[in-house]
Amino acid sequence: MIQLEQVTKTYPKASRPSLDNVSVSIEKGEFVFFIGPSGSGKSTIIKMLLHEVAPNKGRVVVNGKDVTSMRSWKRPHFRRSIGCVFQDFRLLPNRTAYENVAFALEVIGKTKAVARRVVPEVLELVGLGGKEHRYPHELSGGEQQRVAVARAFVNRPLILLADEPTGNLDPDTSIEIMRLLDRINRTGTTVVMVTHDSNIVNQMRRRVVEIESGRIVRDQARGVYG
Amino acid sequence: MRVKYVLSEVLVGLWRNVTMSIAMIITMAVSLTMLGASGLMYRQVDDMKDLYYKNIEVSIFLTQEVTEQERTDLQTKLDSDPLVKDVLYVNKDEAYKRFKEMYQDAPDLVNAVKPDQLPEAFRLKLNNPEQYKDVYDQYKDTAGVEEIIDQSRLLDKIFNILTSIQNIALAAAIVMAIAALLLVANTIQVAAYSKRREVAVMKLVGASNWFIQAPFVLEAVVAGLIGSLLGLVALVAAKYLLFDGSLSALQGLLSPISWGDILFIFPLMAGVGGLVSAGTAWITLRFYLRV
Repeated sequence: MIQLEQVTKTYPKASRPSLDNVSVSIEKGEFVFFIGPSGSGKSTIIKMLLHEVAPNKGRVVVNGKDVTSMRSWKRPHFRRSIGCVFQDFRLLPNRTAYENVAFALEVIGKTKAVARRVVPEVLELVGLGGKEHRYPHELSGGEQQRVAVARAFVNRPLILLADEPTGNLDPDTSIEIMRLLDRINRTGTTVVMVTHDSNIVNQMRRRVVEIESGRIVRDQARGVYG
Repeated sequence: MRVKYVLSEVLVGLWRNVTMSIAMIITMAVSLTMLGASGLMYRQVDDMKDLYYKNIEVSIFLTQEVTEQERTDLQTKLDSDPLVKDVLYVNKDEAYKRFKEMYQDAPDLVNAVKPDQLPEAFRLKLNNPEQYKDVYDQYKDTAGVEEIIDQSRLLDKIFNILTSIQNIALAAAIVMAIAALLLVANTIQVAAYSKRREVAVMKLVGASNWFIQAPFVLEAVVAGLIGSLLGLVALVAAKYLLFDGSLSALQGLLSPISWGDILFIFPLMAGVGGLVSAGTAWITLRFYLRV
């Protein structure tokens, strides 16, 4: 599903590479944590999978598509197969939970009728049934992140990328979000999550890839934060 | 749905930043009015040239002492000259008749001139009025020729003035167009900034580039089209107030501007206004949104 083959990325003006000869292979339906200290290169991986930054060397293959050689005009269509969740939620403040999720469908050309059918369904799935018409500022942090997960998942992507999705949440809420991601993973969606929340990694007991200074120092099937 | 979404985004966009939108539309309107005026003058000058140059004559006046022989020689030469289309000989009596007609309102002047004071002349029509110089050089030293006068030289002066007015209008149109372009670029940047969250989400979930750009580009196009409509109104007003009003005394001199001419120039204004705005907006977005 996702292959990084000897990927090296050095940002301009950086003294050392963010990623240094990294190779990882992720199968369909896997749940993988990328862990490591700030600046270790975890987020660069997410950006590469989104075709936002290109590697200097090596190959990135997502969904059978070689992202390295992908032309930028193909990026929009490519991204429709990937859901994405961030630490800062990135919701539109002047739209309700329903409208935020529907927006993601409408801007890729789905009709309002499709939105009316699938949005309540996915909001129910993330546990926000009954709160469809609340605005983000009327929701708690955990609930806002659920809206963001609903938006990422509404298009039934093959891959869900999560960049420190619990970074702004308290431990209990974080666990609830993790249960949600776990449920999404069980539908067959590949989940890649970048985090440095050791509690969560230790509880989930999923594959852990640890990165330090741009190199993989550990890749463990049922790992802990360590 | 998508069309409705895009259109409502355009209107909301123009309204959100209404002072800037108005500034953009006004500059655009002034620029396009200048462009339209310059275009109309171009046609005007062309029409006038056709009208005047068709009737233009070169007159070769003969000396009082011209001999029969000199006159027939000149006549044969002119008849066989490839530059000359038409030759008309005007003898003294005829010249006097024309003179009387021309100055019938000034009987004193007519009375003061005797028929044989007026020179005989050949009136020539040239195949190409611009080859006057060649004709002049060829005949100026011929025996019996007093003076050669070319009407087109007078007209050239008038047309030079008209052409420079036209160039000034065009220059003003270009300067205003630059101001309009900068305003469009600025408006689009402000619009893109105020919608940066939406744009970020759209890019994230894979909205196509045209879908992200269309509302911004159309916003500029709508402003450009409104500007060209205002320019049309300005031209209509100018025709109504200036040409049909205070300048109507010059009607015999200037060829008339018809409503058809103005309607003909409008697509040019609307096209330039719309395309230039769209291009500017699109380029601005390339730099600003990186989509």
